[in-house]
Amino acid sequence: MPKIIIDEKYCKGCGLCVVFCPKGALVMSHGLSKRGVNPATQVEGKQCSGCLNCAVMCPDAAIEIIATETGK
Amino acid sequence: MPEYRRPEALDDATTHYCPGCGHGIAHRLVAEVIDELGIRERTIGMAPVGCAVIAYDYFDIDMCEAPHGRTPAVATGIKRALPDRVVFSYQGDGDLAAIGTAEIIHCANRGENISVFFINNAVYGMTGGQMAPTTPDAAKTSTSPYGRNPKNEGHPIKVAELLSQLDGVVYAERVAFHSPRGVREAKKAIRKSFLAQMEGRGFSIVEILSPCPTYWHMAPQAALKHIEETLTKVFPPGVYKDWEK
Amino acid sequence: MAQKRLMGGNEAMAEGAIRAGCRFFYGYPITPQNEVPEYMSRRMPQVGGTFIQSESELAAINMVLGSAAAGARAMTSSSSPGISLKQEGLSYMAGCRLPAVIANVQRGGPGLGDIGAGQGDYWQAVKGGGHGDYHLIVLAPASVQEMADLATLAFDLADRWRNPVMILSDAYIGQMMEPLEWHEYVLPADLPPKTWALTGAKGRPRNVIKSFFLHPGLLEKYNILLQEKYALIREKEQRWEEVGTEDAEVVIVAYGSTARIAKGVVAHGVEGGRVGLLRPITLWPFPERRIRELAEAGKRFLVSEMSAGQMVEDVRLAVEGRSKVGFYGCAGGGTLSGIDMAEKVRELFASRG
Repeated sequence: MPKIIIDEKYCKGCGLCVVFCPKGALVMSHGLSKRGVNPATQVEGKQCSGCLNCAVMCPDAAIEIIATETGK
Repeated sequence: MPEYRRPEALDDATTHYCPGCGHGIAHRLVAEVIDELGIRERTIGMAPVGCAVIAYDYFDIDMCEAPHGRTPAVATGIKRALPDRVVFSYQGDGDLAAIGTAEIIHCANRGENISVFFINNAVYGMTGGQMAPTTPDAAKTSTSPYGRNPKNEGHPIKVAELLSQLDGVVYAERVAFHSPRGVREAKKAIRKSFLAQMEGRGFSIVEILSPCPTYWHMAPQAALKHIEETLTKVFPPGVYKDWEK
Repeated sequence: MAQKRLMGGNEAMAEGAIRAGCRFFYGYPITPQNEVPEYMSRRMPQVGGTFIQSESELAAINMVLGSAAAGARAMTSSSSPGISLKQEGLSYMAGCRLPAVIANVQRGGPGLGDIGAGQGDYWQAVKGGGHGDYHLIVLAPASVQEMADLATLAFDLADRWRNPVMILSDAYIGQMMEPLEWHEYVLPADLPPKTWALTGAKGRPRNVIKSFFLHPGLLEKYNILLQEKYALIREKEQRWEEVGTEDAEVVIVAYGSTARIAKGVVAHGVEGGRVGLLRPITLWPFPERRIRELAEAGKRFLVSEMSAGQMVEDVRLAVEGRSKVGFYGCAGGGTLSGIDMAEKVRELFASRG
């Protein structure tokens, strides 16, 4: 199961990853990052399908998608 | 299982680009292709004048500053001195289509074996949102406050079409960052341009319709919609020259 | 073993560059230096080098910038109006600390001017021309032999100091034909290696060639570095020739083809006194030390140049009020006369006391 890792050092909160995720697996956080933006984050309980759309759109290469063992 | 990792050819610096800026996407794609082709150690890039003026802080490869618009001439000088290195010019619409028009045309006409990535966001970002040669008719900018008037300012310049007329150009394609599909097409074009150079074929250019949320006064998603619905009508994406065809 | 040839000045300069290992020439036609690109277009392919007739002088200086950034010996050549076009590139190259050679075969100005000799680009060459606090090293040949020798020296100085170097001649020197001797070129053993060059970041961290420093304080620090370099160049690279200055009362100061006329005046002698010549070979760094010494020794000066008076100001600066400085010149591409120059020397003799 792929895991979405968002590096808050780079995320500027542009929201494009959220828009283009076909699974609704990303959302902008309520809290602020050290950069002073609402960074993107994986939605609790939603599965990433590994389509990589988010990483493809991210202007800051803030997103990494890592393959993990099935079942977490 | 597909994975995605931050490209090695990108420096780990954070960039100054606005949230949703197309430069970030373009830098990432160029870096991804450099990684995939394994050419980091023999690639030399040019930084233009424009928002990408400090691109050399963001790519972990040898990079050269160029005076505004002169990037194709500087790239010519480097490529002629080191023909086996991969040399790319990275320019915005002021750099390439205004002040540097002579340099890009003659570089293309000579068929210099380099790759040119033309980031067309139809406005001058770095200096505060002035009209660009590629600003569409009727568009309002800080130097066309009543909207671009063709009688005074002329119509926008279509660079891919213009350059494709030159014999020295082996590949010219326009792509658009309006969606994941558009970005993936752009990456294919960037890769094809690098491969054309590595095969010694000659001059290639990828024109990328890119968002400038700040000076279009739109949120990032709306900016992509603007590209999809409006800019692609002014600047149709497509292949304008291809040595394979 | 020296080879003796009869050559034109422009071609001698081009061949001197080739012998110094210049393999990249980019230029645009403009009178009176067309022999340079034409010669290079024939010679470069013969030595495996690159010649491009660029679309403009502007493009040419930027191609030089690129090849210089890649670590090569590169050159461009033009004349006055074309050199104006190159000023942006020259400022960038000085700011990026790139070595290269730029030849200006001066003509009359301002504007389109004429196609005859002039020396009206002195200020442009030595006082900046482009924006910012920088200097070009400026060499002033006065013969076909010097066109060849200084072209070679220019590349060595450029590499030694990581700085652009200008060869400032004029239409006479460029067009005249004289015999010259070719000596074997030996690359100086102590030139610093070009570890900064853009060659692809293999086995090392990346190199960046730039002149842009946005963060507060960085640009000032960088300028201090540049100024320290210029101070060293001033100390070590002043070059000049003297004829008969030891016992002269009046020293003519002239460079390039004007100096040739002055040599005639000195050789012939001027009634009423003793006259000598100091001929700057480097216009930047200006031979101010020697001029100051001569002023302190009580000599008076006649500065002569084919302009309305540009180098005369640098002589006055070096003399610093210690002595009298006269001027004989003409702007607009006219030819100076040895007879009129001698008359001006006589006036200076008469102004003793």
